[in-house]
Amino acid sequence: MFANFDFDVILRSLPYLFYQGMTFTLLLTALATLGGIVVGTLLALMRLSGVSFLNLPAAAYVNLMRSVPFVLMIFWFYFLVPYIGQWITRSPQPLQVGAFASCLITFTLFEAAFFCEIMRAGIQSIPRGQVAAAEALGMTYPKTMGYIVLPQAFRNMVPVLLTQTIVLFQDTSLVYVLSVTDFLGAASKIAQRDGRLVEMYIFAACIYFLVSLGASHLVRQLQHRIAIIR
Amino acid sequence: MIKIDRVSKWYGPVQVLKDCSAAVARGEVVVVCGPSGSGKSTLIKCVNGLEPFQKGTITVDGVSVSDRKTNLPKLRARIGMVFQHFELFPHLTVRRNLTLPQVKVLHRARDGAEKKAMQLLDRVGLRDHADKFPGQLSGGQQQRVAIARALAMDPIAMLFDEPTSALDPEMIQEVLDVMVGLARDGMTMIVVTHEMGFARKVADRVVFVDQGEIVEDAPTADFFAKPRSQRAQLFLSKILQQ
Repeated sequence: MFANFDFDVILRSLPYLFYQGMTFTLLLTALATLGGIVVGTLLALMRLSGVSFLNLPAAAYVNLMRSVPFVLMIFWFYFLVPYIGQWITRSPQPLQVGAFASCLITFTLFEAAFFCEIMRAGIQSIPRGQVAAAEALGMTYPKTMGYIVLPQAFRNMVPVLLTQTIVLFQDTSLVYVLSVTDFLGAASKIAQRDGRLVEMYIFAACIYFLVSLGASHLVRQLQHRIAIIR
Repeated sequence: MIKIDRVSKWYGPVQVLKDCSAAVARGEVVVVCGPSGSGKSTLIKCVNGLEPFQKGTITVDGVSVSDRKTNLPKLRARIGMVFQHFELFPHLTVRRNLTLPQVKVLHRARDGAEKKAMQLLDRVGLRDHADKFPGQLSGGQQQRVAIARALAMDPIAMLFDEPTSALDPEMIQEVLDVMVGLARDGMTMIVVTHEMGFARKVADRVVFVDQGEIVEDAPTADFFAKPRSQRAQLFLSKILQQ
């Protein structure tokens, strides 16, 4: 049945697929995760603060991001950000934002909404007594959060955060709508150039599967390693 | 040193503290007791501002707790507090539990903080457990670490909020022994507890709280000999029968 297939095309295109495609995919995943966690944590702190001018905008932002299709967001940012940038900087022509920068901003902002909800659950899982103890020792709010609450919340949530990262890794393939060459984009280009659609798409699926599977195993191992002893 | 002056507190429409007044002098040990839900824990948490109150004033060493201009974290750093559920930081080793607040709040040098930590762990008999995590210790050991952590800040007074209520009976004594030692060393202490043995042994005064009111505030001997109020008599007869 495989007689008509040419799996050699995979071997020939490996350097291109991985150096160009996978590098982009992994870099975008890593940076967007990092940025998303930072922005998400700040959003979570805003949402949990009793101050309405902080928690209402944060809640609105999270709800907006979660109710818009991701592909739409990618489009939106890619085509609109240059004009918004132009309007802000008052430059004569639209601001030049590279495809990678545009993707990174979109993914970071989008993931931030999800990481916000994860971190919020994590922070809420820390008993009130911990905050009281930190405050009783004279810690200010930033110190209480920075040394006591967030490190514990983060550790409790690492499995969920990394699971979300795996989802993000798969979602990066959506950058195809901008004709950016991520791993899937590279595979699809070769597939169309050489007319080897089936081979390339099977191969791409296998790689996504293997990376995701490997990562989730890693998450499970990490979970045991860093769990707080109670 | 600690002055509570006509403090009232409401949770919504429910008044949980009614016009409470009391004073604690330097070096004095005051035991606060009363039925559960009487507001004694709330009262002690008002002393370092962990619970806000709507009326009255509390001053600690001349600094008002409720004054908005007061630097509350700075004041709290000078008052040690021990909680019912220990509240050690589970993600830090015992040693780090003692050094982190010293370094981050008091800006002490790492070496000095470390030395102080080991000294205090020695005092509560847990030197060998310095590199364990709180979750690896028994309840009594955790509470002793919590006391050491509070002492590491060189507090001018110590607040104990039911320090032995969450402990198994056989661990209560080891914690009380540490507290007795502290009291004998002249530490100013407010202790919310049901341990009447402890009160008899070291308390200078006993404050009896019921339904948010300070019903009785008497020297220890007088309180145990003959409480004036009926409510305190009833409470004592119940608790001493056990």
